[in-house]
Amino acid sequence: MAERRPIPFRGGGFDPVPRPIVPWLALVAILGLWQVASSTGLLPPLFMPSPATVMRALVDLSADGTIPRHIEASLRRMIPGWLIGTAAGLAVGIAMGIFSTARASGLPIVSALFPIPKIALLPLLILWFGIGEPSKIATIALGVFFPTAISAYSACDSVPRNLIRMGQSFGLPGADIVRKILLPGAMPGILAGFRITASVALLLLVAAEMIGAEFGIGAFVLQAGNLMQTDHLVAGVALLSILGLLISFGLGHLERWVLRWR
Amino acid sequence: MPVHIESVSHRYGTVAALEGVDLDIADGETVVLIGPSGCGKSTLLGIIGGLLKPSDGVVSLSGTPPVESLNPFTYIFQDFALLPWRSVRDNVGLPLEHRAIPAADRAGRVAAALALTGLTDFADAYPRQLSGGMRQRVGIARALVVRPAVLLLDEPLSALDAQTRQLLMDDLLAIWGREPATKIYVTHNLEEAARLADRVVVLSRRPGRVREVLRIDVPVADRARPEHAARLAEVQRRLWDLIRDEAATADREMVDG
Ligand SMILES: Nc1ncnc2c1ncn2[C@@H]1O[C@H](COP(=O)(O)OP(=O)(O)OP(=O)(O)O)[C@@H](O)[C@H]1O
Ligand SMILES: [Mg+2]
Repeated sequence: MAERRPIPFRGGGFDPVPRPIVPWLALVAILGLWQVASSTGLLPPLFMPSPATVMRALVDLSADGTIPRHIEASLRRMIPGWLIGTAAGLAVGIAMGIFSTARASGLPIVSALFPIPKIALLPLLILWFGIGEPSKIATIALGVFFPTAISAYSACDSVPRNLIRMGQSFGLPGADIVRKILLPGAMPGILAGFRITASVALLLLVAAEMIGAEFGIGAFVLQAGNLMQTDHLVAGVALLSILGLLISFGLGHLERWVLRWR
Repeated sequence: MPVHIESVSHRYGTVAALEGVDLDIADGETVVLIGPSGCGKSTLLGIIGGLLKPSDGVVSLSGTPPVESLNPFTYIFQDFALLPWRSVRDNVGLPLEHRAIPAADRAGRVAAALALTGLTDFADAYPRQLSGGMRQRVGIARALVVRPAVLLLDEPLSALDAQTRQLLMDDLLAIWGREPATKIYVTHNLEEAARLADRVVVLSRRPGRVREVLRIDVPVADRARPEHAARLAEVQRRLWDLIRDEAATADREMVDG
């Protein structure tokens, strides 16, 4: 009999393991290091305020109504801009998903205009709509329109052909095939597109507000920079991060609810 | 209902998939189509069901389908083709929703089809919660709900494992005993062919032509009996002889397009 040796274990190691507290520890560690660097004078307050100062700025500016006013101004641009761009993008994208003629005529145009950084069109839109709100809303709407149209189109295109054949084989009218098979099947792709367009909207919002606005988070951050109020500046950036997180949290819930069959 | 296939040919661009297929299928008959991979079986089924326009030839139905048959030509799909966002009940009810029939009749048809396929307890489940065999039962229930005159089955069991396939084949046979529909059934599995078919139609390799039609003289209901085992094994052997060479040649062909 030969000697028996147990087989050495070689698996494991790369499996994801839940680590619920680690994210919070990391956050606290970063903030702690930052605070220490500021308190010891390693980070001059002119370039980078301490977390405590930023916190204080956030509290003070919220209390005196500054932050709410800027947030309101921003949301009044971002929400209509996103809604208009999304509605138009879905209409065009879904039409390209359904009708060959719409696809043949629309897809090259949409693909050609998609890569243009939409902020470059702001001067033109200002000429058309004036310096006020409509030109900013139009910039956001344009920026949202193209990715929405493309993601809605490819979401429709990726619905399995066999499901559509199934609908035809049972004699479903075209409108029913669209409503009961194509659109629900395209939903995951359309919702994934919303995540992209939400970040596009936020980006264009800040850019447009920096180009010419009195209120809005982008304008607030720019003014703070001009006045070298770094605590206000970082507070404004923190607001943008919170806004982005809230949007993605909301979209996550929407996805889970709409796609609850998954 | 009797189905007549008259000199049907089909080309995809320059690829000839079917050439001059002639076949008469009697009312209530079960015809199994076999043939090497790519010989045009799915194409023929698509033409019969009106999903593909043949390049040549016609398919016709004798007589008018009974009024309760809402969708005379009805498919059962290899990949089940269920809507994942609908429950079992709503998947089965889908073909009725656009038909002008009373709601009570609609619910009754769905309930009857669910009962017949053993799905009553799963009516509220979603497809992803079901095994492959149960999913295909949903596909079968959805087909029965319209009381088809002609059932078209394209490899309905081939996405299933061997044991599930055996079980579902038995269930299909039990259901078919009560279904007056004419059945046209495509498969690669010669055991299924020997078990289910009144007649087996052997197609040649692409472009598919009818190479041989084999009638199996044992009544379908008796085929599970041991005394017929030898006869059915012989049928399978004969079918294999008919397609072996062609299948081997077809397998070595380049797949174009
Ligand atoms: N949409 C299409 N466009 C071009 N060629 C096609 C198309 N559909 C099928 N073909 C070709 O036509 C031939 C017949 O196809 P079909 O799917 O009917 O064969 P089949 O007998 O069902 O094959 P399998 O046994 O693999 O299911 C094949 O060679 C296939 O490559
Ligand atoms: Mg096939």
